[in-house]
Amino acid sequence: MKLLTHNLLSSHVRGVGPRGFPLRLQATEVRINPVEFNPDFVARMIPKVEWAALLEAADTVPKEPIEGYEHDEKFLRKMHHVLLEVDVLEGTLQCPESGRLFPISRGIPNMLLSDEETET
Amino acid sequence: MIDVQTKMAGRALELLCLPEGQPCYLLDIGCGSGLSGDYLSDEGHYWVGIDISPAMLDAALDRDTEGDLLLGDMGQGIPFKPGTFDGCISISAVQWLCNANKKSDIPAKRLYCFFSSLYSVLVRGARAVLQLYPENSEQLELITIQATKAGFTGGVVVDFPNSAKAKKFYLCLFSGPSTFLPKALTETTDEEEATESAFTSERIQRRMARRGVVRKSREWVLEKKERRRRQGKEVRPDTQYTGRKRKPRF
Repeated sequence: MKLLTHNLLSSHVRGVGPRGFPLRLQATEVRINPVEFNPDFVARMIPKVEWAALLEAADTVPKEPIEGYEHDEKFLRKMHHVLLEVDVLEGTLQCPESGRLFPISRGIPNMLLSDEETET
Repeated sequence: MIDVQTKMAGRALELLCLPEGQPCYLLDIGCGSGLSGDYLSDEGHYWVGIDISPAMLDAALDRDTEGDLLLGDMGQGIPFKPGTFDGCISISAVQWLCNANKKSDIPAKRLYCFFSSLYSVLVRGARAVLQLYPENSEQLELITIQATKAGFTGGVVVDFPNSAKAKKFYLCLFSGPSTFLPKALTETTDEEEATESAFTSERIQRRMARRGVVRKSREWVLEKKERRRRQGKEVRPDTQYTGRKRKPRF
C-alpha cells in the first residue's frame, strides 16, 4: 500500500464520520518500488494530502509544502518518492476515533467491518 | 484476442470522459485480479482497487499490479476521505450488492450505503461508470433508485441492445450538475436511438412561481389561460378586457 493511499484512507466504522482520518500507521515491513515520475500528478495530489499524517508516517518529509511547489522539481521528486514509491507491506492502521485496528498483510489492508460496526 | 474484461474497462474509461493527457487517481470497485486496473495503469492513471475476495486479490498480487489493493466490502461503504477520487469504474461487480449473502443483509440499504459513500469520495463533478449484469429490470431499477437517492444524476447506457451476447449495461453516474449521457454503441450503421433512460433529481419549478400570484387577479387569470394553452385546450385570445374588474352583480 502506497503512503498516498494511506493518507487518503478513512475509517468507515459506524458513528465515526469525519473524525475517521487520518488513520495511524504502524508499519513493520516496508519496500521501495521504483515508479515512473509524473510531476503533474504529484503536483495535483499535494493539496489533497493531510500533511500532519504524512509527517507522522515518513519523517523525511519537509514540515510543509513550500511556496510554488508546482515548479520545484526537486521537491516534487522527493514527494513522489515518499507518496508513490514507499510501499507498506506489513503493519496496522488505527482509527483515531474508535481505536479499531485494520491489519495490513502483503501490502493489502483489510477494511472488512463486522455487522455491528457497519454504518446504517 | 483482447479479454472481454479489458474491453469493458476500455469502454468504461471512455465513458468516464477524463480530461485529456492528465493522469488521474481512480477507484476500481470489485477490481478482482486487477485486469481492469492494469488497463488504467496502461493509460497512465493511478488507481486503488477494492474487492471482497482474498483469493482474487492474491491473484492480483501475483500479477504484480501497479495500483493499491484493499480487502473490503463495497456494501459497507468506501473508506476514503471526501473528494479523493477523480473518477470511478467498476466491471461486473455492482450487481452482487443485490444478493443478500447473510440473512441480515438488506440489498437496498447496502446499495444506498455504497452509493452515498461513493458520492462523497468522488471529487465534485467527477463521474462513476459501473458496468454490471442486472438480472432483470427490477434489479436495475432498484440500483438506479438508490443511486439517485444518494445524489447522483445520470443514466444507463446500453451498448448493442439488440444482441443477446454483446449487450452490456453501463451505469453512468455524475456527481456534479446534470450533463448529457454518452451515446451507446450499436452494431447497425444507420443512426439508431440509444435505449437509455436519463434521470435527474431536478424539481419542477412552476409550482413555486404560482405561489406569489393572488387568486382571481388579472395576473392569475392570464397565467391560467397560458396553462390551458400549454395543455392544448381552446382558449380565448387575451385582450384589454381580460381579467378586468366587473360590476358587483357578477
